[in-house]
Amino acid sequence: MNNNDKLIIGGHEFDSRFILGSGKYSLELIKAAVENAGAQIITLALRRASTGNVANILDYIPEGVTLLPNTSGARNADEAVRIARLSRELGCGDFVKIEIMRDSKYLLPDNQETIKATEILAKEGFVVMPYMYPDLNSARDLMNAGAASIMPLGAPIGSNKGLCTKEFIQIIIDEINLPVIVDAGIGRPSQACEAMEMGAAAVMANTAVATAGDVPMMASAFKSAIEAGRKAYISGLGRVLDKGGAASSPLTGFLKD
Amino acid sequence: MSSIYNEDKVENRIDHMKYLPDMEVLDSDIEKRVIDGMNNYDYDKYTAKDVKAALVAEKPSIEDFGALLSPAATPFIEEIAQRAQQETRKHFGNSIYMFTPLYIANYCENYCIYCGFNCHNKIKRAKLNEEEIEQEMKEIAKTGLQEVLILTGESKKMSDVKYIGEACKIAKKYFKVIGLEVYPMNSEDYAYLHKCGADYVTVFQETYNSDKYETLHLAGHKRIFPYRLNAQERALKGGMRGVGFAALLGLADFRKDAFAVGTHAHYLQQKYPHAEIAISCPRLRPIINNDRINPRDVHETQLLQVICAYRIFLPYASITISTRECERFRNNIIKIAATKISAGVNVGIGGHSGEEKGDEQFEISDGRNVDEVYKAIEDAGLQPVMSDYIYV
Repeated sequence: MNNNDKLIIGGHEFDSRFILGSGKYSLELIKAAVENAGAQIITLALRRASTGNVANILDYIPEGVTLLPNTSGARNADEAVRIARLSRELGCGDFVKIEIMRDSKYLLPDNQETIKATEILAKEGFVVMPYMYPDLNSARDLMNAGAASIMPLGAPIGSNKGLCTKEFIQIIIDEINLPVIVDAGIGRPSQACEAMEMGAAAVMANTAVATAGDVPMMASAFKSAIEAGRKAYISGLGRVLDKGGAASSPLTGFLKD
Repeated sequence: MSSIYNEDKVENRIDHMKYLPDMEVLDSDIEKRVIDGMNNYDYDKYTAKDVKAALVAEKPSIEDFGALLSPAATPFIEEIAQRAQQETRKHFGNSIYMFTPLYIANYCENYCIYCGFNCHNKIKRAKLNEEEIEQEMKEIAKTGLQEVLILTGESKKMSDVKYIGEACKIAKKYFKVIGLEVYPMNSEDYAYLHKCGADYVTVFQETYNSDKYETLHLAGHKRIFPYRLNAQERALKGGMRGVGFAALLGLADFRKDAFAVGTHAHYLQQKYPHAEIAISCPRLRPIINNDRINPRDVHETQLLQVICAYRIFLPYASITISTRECERFRNNIIKIAATKISAGVNVGIGGHSGEEKGDEQFEISDGRNVDEVYKAIEDAGLQPVMSDYIYV
């Protein structure tokens, strides 16, 4: 891969375009997952960042990986802001992934509250990466509010259903001048690859890797898929036609001037 | 219990369907929907075909839930367990949450004929003072646990809201997650306890069959069936983040009770989408000094069926497995459907840090300490989690 092809988020450069979630794992497998994924960013629910001595997830995240704390558990902007500030106080850095859910069943993000939280936290100097429902208007608002990237969902969290929102993610990729990272619902490497072919800047996955039969190998499979998708995107996909073949004689051949 | 008490005679009991003057009445249709649904639930109508359809339903409906709880589903217990396991892993990954209950008082004003804490049972009563509560919590925290469930007997007089609030404030120093399993109260009381640090409230309805309920809960606040049934909704109105539900399976028809538990949780989640839902699955256990009741027909297979039906119908719900069950059952159910397990359990008063001051509510079947349960979870290829929560 071209060494100049960097993922840049909030002024920070990354070679890897695979963001790994740290939830749902057996802790001792996190390290192997990160290594096999080649991931440089790992998300961490601040609510899981236990300060206790027993099973503290922070002890299992390899050195040198950028922590992306998320605000899961927040039900509104105010709670997300408080969690983000706490995260910074705890030394988890300036990155924050905003997750605001008002729904315990599907865990769908609340765009409106997410925009509010983004605005506040961006002003406070956070590198804000909002998880959102793929809606172009909201994506614009998030960009204007100071988001460093946009993280639209492919499908409900943990559903492994892939790119159910494909058309809408494509619109955001086409229109928003920020890295668009497809988050949630990616269940297979092929789906991750497809997201990258579409021009996503990165893919985030968790459940698909954490609950795989062989966690390290699945992490590596995603890595390859994401790299393949990226290469395909950069190369420019072959001409893909929506309907049938191209007419052999041009329809406009009659034009004289 | 050989003595005869006033309320043993039907004519001496108060109306169990009528709220007492100090009880908050909600304008809510949840109770009616749950009870009507349960009354109409005819589990004998389901066939193997219905069960198979339920097993492949992408989003199982209430009807599917009914089929999974029916006798027709019992032969499919292996398939049901497989589907339940898939749902559990999808929603919870490898995480199994650990906690322990802490009984701070066992005074009780209720006369519930099956319960070891009932007001006529001649047991040693006690209540921990603040210093003793702190002592107990310190000891529990040393084990590495970060979630505590505070319990009292149901006596508003001996364990008032302020007392419980103080216990929550102390708990906040030692734990990240504080749950309550105390007498039902009004939403303003829940709001106060939420402010003190509690965020989860569990209330066991015991049985959703009000006629049966009446014959088991003869006196005290607990006798008022609808006030108890609406406790979770009042807790949510009071600002609690999560609510827990349970029927004590075996008190009445367990299939109907389990159906009511599932639909109750389902309707409340629909009405309060942010609510985190938890379900407990107690079966009737033998207790001290009581020979008037016998465990019903909830054998392990039926218990497993109920737990898996809960999981498939409410895949996002936390399911707790009690120490009433034995080590073997608990070790296996966490591989299938349960996501929360207690450890280092002492159901007496003051037993964590010293000698018990008060007697136990029931006999536990799994006396393993925190390290032992922790290891059993790891041995099952799963990850013990002490806390996945932040108080905001």
